[in-house]
Amino acid sequence: MALGAASATSGSASRVTLARPPRKRRLSHTQVRRWVTAYAFLLPALVLMAVFTFYPIIMGMVIMFYDYTVFEPMEFVGFANFSRAFADQDFHKSVLHSVEYIVVVPVLQILSILVAVLVNRSLPGITFFRTAYYIPVVTSTVAVAISWKWLYNSNGILNYALTSLGLIERPLYWLTSKELALPSVMMVTMWKGIGWYMVIYLAGLQSVPKELEEAAAIDGASRWRVIRHVTIPLLKPYVLFATFMSVMGALQVFDEVFVMTGGGPLKSTLTMAVYQYYKAFGAFDFGYAAAIGMLMALMILVFNIPVFRMLAKGGLKYY
Amino acid sequence: MDTRSRAARRLRRAWKVAQIVLLYTALVSVALVTTGPFLWLLSTSLKTVGNVYAFPPQIIPRPVSLDNMIGVWRLLELQKYLLNTIHITAVGLFLTLVVSALAAYPLARMEFPGRNLIFLALVSTLVLPNPAGMIINFLTLQKLRLINTLPAVYLPSIGNAFGIFLLRQTYLSIPAEMEDAARVDGAGELAIWWRVVLPLAKPGIATLAIMNFMGHWNNFLWPLIVLQDPDKYPIATALQYLEGMFQDNFRFVAAGTMFSMVPVLVVFFSMQRYFVSGLAGALKG
Repeated sequence: MALGAASATSGSASRVTLARPPRKRRLSHTQVRRWVTAYAFLLPALVLMAVFTFYPIIMGMVIMFYDYTVFEPMEFVGFANFSRAFADQDFHKSVLHSVEYIVVVPVLQILSILVAVLVNRSLPGITFFRTAYYIPVVTSTVAVAISWKWLYNSNGILNYALTSLGLIERPLYWLTSKELALPSVMMVTMWKGIGWYMVIYLAGLQSVPKELEEAAAIDGASRWRVIRHVTIPLLKPYVLFATFMSVMGALQVFDEVFVMTGGGPLKSTLTMAVYQYYKAFGAFDFGYAAAIGMLMALMILVFNIPVFRMLAKGGLKYY
Repeated sequence: MDTRSRAARRLRRAWKVAQIVLLYTALVSVALVTTGPFLWLLSTSLKTVGNVYAFPPQIIPRPVSLDNMIGVWRLLELQKYLLNTIHITAVGLFLTLVVSALAAYPLARMEFPGRNLIFLALVSTLVLPNPAGMIINFLTLQKLRLINTLPAVYLPSIGNAFGIFLLRQTYLSIPAEMEDAARVDGAGELAIWWRVVLPLAKPGIATLAIMNFMGHWNNFLWPLIVLQDPDKYPIATALQYLEGMFQDNFRFVAAGTMFSMVPVLVVFFSMQRYFVSGLAGALKG
């Protein structure tokens, strides 16, 4: 369908230029024709992106200065949405939880590096294990959340296992107590992320030239010293890249929180993205939601400045 | 002397065996952690009313029952949601591939005014935050009177910079001589793109197709926003909706979840070659 549309536009567009005499003599007829062809190929993508990607980026920056609910006409309010956010207790809570969520980053990265080192060898069946580790990544968050909610159930298998091992005395309310809900959801984020970051680190480990490690080993360096002084420094750009993505993901966390707890109990897992969602599609308070989104984007920027600095300073120099 | 060296050799061999045993123990333990929650859900979906809350929990259900697997089709009309998902995924995937494959061609092969500007605009969508994207797209679709229709689910994601860049990278890796030969023979650009470039770009297209398939199949939030009628939900959204409604019959939800996972796992297992190479390519590019 789109194919037909593209060829039709290409045909009509070139006919238009054929009818018009070339403005400059230096531009040959075939050249103009080529330009038109190029834009005909780009047209479907450009139109769709103009409507659904570029327009929202620009319009989002506009509506955050407006009081915009679907029920009333738009009204310009200046920075009122931002001052409202600074005074909003629930927003403060959500910022705090999103920042707490960054705890996930170091744990997740260390676990992923360990798993990548574990599977970075040729053993019979290693592809099977790599695949098994990647399954949580390709599964929908809803399926993941349903599985974990079942594990976390107060009569669930996790409580049973921990009680019978004698680690806890009575069942824990993983997702329904104020204290445990956020860490419990963080566990799921880590569990789902390991496979993803494993692949990144695996690519990193496999890009380390074998000769370097061998040369160090021949020079009499112990296995640990080779890892410490050859492998880890060469892996640094990958660590920084993954950390950057991970920090961004943590500050914007939405899916697993929304599906598992919906921000509760008692707003104890309310994160910025979940709060923004409720303001936008629960309360239809679009202007305020856009302002929250902008504050979220700014926070991501601030938190990633140190990572960027390191990328510029040390990380990229190795390559 | 001789016996001692033999003992040392035996010790070394024993150490090697121990190392391999340790290694596989670690590999299996991690695999149990990553697949365990799903296996437990599978086990639950095969249980009966009686043994779902059995104490101690049964890892392997006794008896194994297919009642939930059948019941979920009868009672929850799973086929309805699966058909919606197939519709959204098939059309969305097809249009994304066509639009990206078309747009990537001039960006890889042609010189034209505005090329750099388009490049910059595309890159900017990958780095710039789009915090109000969902809100504005919802309002746009409302104006287009597409809310509560399936096209509303896939239309916004069809044109995306990631797909265009991925395929442009693929085109650049194809030697241009064959296209020039076709051009000398008098073929138009559209014919060259269709007959010469696309067949050679299959690996890149496959990578984009898998990623896009997963994205569409697993998407739950956007359908929840733009569809008001639960009968139109794709499977992921429907599961979340049903999970709330069937609290006391969790076995059906478990069975439905299993059905929802099968297509993704089949695609992933059969095409993981493209998946991993594509990921590595995307990282380098």
